[in-house]
Amino acid sequence: MNNSLAVIRRLVQSAATLFGVGIVVFILLRVVPGDPTAMMIGPGASADDVIALRARYHLDEPLLLQFFGWLRSALSGDFGTSISLHRDVMEVLLSRLPATIELAIAALLVAVAAGVSLAVLATLYDRRATAGIINVAVGLLLAVPDFVWALAFVLLFGLLLPVLPLSGRIDPTLDIPFHTHFILIESLLTGRMTVFADIAAHMVMPVLALAIPLAAIIARVLTASLSEAMEADYVLLARIKGHSRLRLVLQEALPNAIGPTLALTGVQFTFLVGGTVIVERIFAYPGIGNLGVDAVINRDFPLIQGLVLAFGAIFIVVNLLVDLAVTALDPRLSHA
Amino acid sequence: MLEQAQGRASESVREKAPVTPRFALRLPVARLSDPRILAGGGFLCFLVVVAVAAPLIAPKDPLEQDLISSLLPPAGLQGADPSHLLGTDDLGRDVLSRLIYGSRTALFVAVTAATLACAIGSVLGLLAGWYRGAADVAISRLVEIWMAFPPVLLSILLVAVLGPGVHSVIAAIVIIDWTRFCRVVRAETMSQGARDYVIAAKTVGFPRLNILLREILPNVMPIIVTLLSLEMGIAVIVEAILSFVGLSVSSDVPTWGGMIAQGRQILHEGWWVFAAPLAALSATVLAFNLLGDGLQRALDPVRQR
Repeated sequence: MNNSLAVIRRLVQSAATLFGVGIVVFILLRVVPGDPTAMMIGPGASADDVIALRARYHLDEPLLLQFFGWLRSALSGDFGTSISLHRDVMEVLLSRLPATIELAIAALLVAVAAGVSLAVLATLYDRRATAGIINVAVGLLLAVPDFVWALAFVLLFGLLLPVLPLSGRIDPTLDIPFHTHFILIESLLTGRMTVFADIAAHMVMPVLALAIPLAAIIARVLTASLSEAMEADYVLLARIKGHSRLRLVLQEALPNAIGPTLALTGVQFTFLVGGTVIVERIFAYPGIGNLGVDAVINRDFPLIQGLVLAFGAIFIVVNLLVDLAVTALDPRLSHA
Repeated sequence: MLEQAQGRASESVREKAPVTPRFALRLPVARLSDPRILAGGGFLCFLVVVAVAAPLIAPKDPLEQDLISSLLPPAGLQGADPSHLLGTDDLGRDVLSRLIYGSRTALFVAVTAATLACAIGSVLGLLAGWYRGAADVAISRLVEIWMAFPPVLLSILLVAVLGPGVHSVIAAIVIIDWTRFCRVVRAETMSQGARDYVIAAKTVGFPRLNILLREILPNVMPIIVTLLSLEMGIAVIVEAILSFVGLSVSSDVPTWGGMIAQGRQILHEGWWVFAAPLAALSATVLAFNLLGDGLQRALDPVRQR
């Protein structure tokens, strides 16, 4: 019962954080030198245009009244109309968000698989050359940020080994209607394998660029926790029983060592989501990160506001899920 | 190690003993000869010389267009012009000269932004860690709120609010990354504050501010220097990202990020326009990482004691 109370407390906390992000966005966009309208309006605008625009966004009202008006429409999902796209902000977000979610989750899965494999290998071959090689490689992977990985892939696969598509999410000649915006999942579920393969091929480079730094961090932290766990009494006991080293690592050490890695993966995953902004840009991938860069370049104030809240919501949900997963998976907590 | 401890004791307790310069980093030079520090630091020194002497060493004007000799490949390849060592871009501008001038923006942002973030974060961290009480509560809470805000969001918002330009880039880095310094410096100040030499200085009755500046600061300095080096690497990347998407300096100033964006468009016609700045960027980031890594190993107080 204590558990569900903790969950409720955590949910309330998350809502409060999102509310805080909202307040910061509200304030930041209103302390712009001059006025938010200065960001939105072109250089040739007349004084009347400015007044009309101010009235439209209720900027002529007292700040507190503005805030409650903003809060009411934000809660009902109304973020206004994008200035550069002339479309409803919420509608734009909902059409672009699935692309980013598919990209980020794919990168997360790749990173976890690669990171855990590297750590298990390094532990299995502890004190041998393999572990040393893995350690040096992880150090190098760690030093290079996702931006540089993405560019290196452009050079490698775009020029030297042109087997992967360089930009976009799907070959435009594959003119196939989709019912949802989760086109990777949808094509897989409906069994359209050529379409699925094409979308997956478009995702290889951005996914790798995003996954490599996270995989390196996971490998490093998990290797450290694993080597600590391998010294523990229960591992010694299992060793005396004559279990194989692989079984010692996977069945005894790993479940006990995974906790810190999980918590860290959550924090680092938010950086991965942040990395989608620039990686999507490099590969012209149509997600919300790429949209965000355009929104800033075009000074599209309603769109920026909606995007920041969307990113904020993702970060908070991820952190929430990670916390819940850490609690659920920790053997010490579940036996208590 | 022992000398350091004795040095502290002689400074704080026996006031009359000859004292080394108070603010000097008391670092054994021998420890700085770590290969990582030599390689990283060496490359960065070279880069600083290149950036400072850019007008003297750049073979051409980085902005001079020459459409007749556009997209010339680097020297050694077929059709190359030996006067353009790294070839030319689609407007006929000399890639090597643009690369040399681009190092100026990269280093300027790295040094300014990292130093400012370091100064703000370290001062707040020292104050919070040493005086504790209300100052600590206020500063720590501020850092917590700050950290809850994902950096990408904050940088998108800041560049949107401040408008594009190199000063916005610097401001964004400082506003986002001062917390890195603050958290670490605060923790280190607290741990130093509990040590014998500080307790000795308190017992002798030194003013608290003096203890902070003369006793604690020199011992927190190694960590600050390490973080500073890593932060400069981060700043180089952030500047490159923002100039890549066109939110940094105006387009007529050569930057590595801007060159990479331009090269991305003409990858198949002139890969060198893309590869040259990418190589420069990677080498610089790796150098800052190596230097920071080496400094961390050489100066880590835990390893020292």
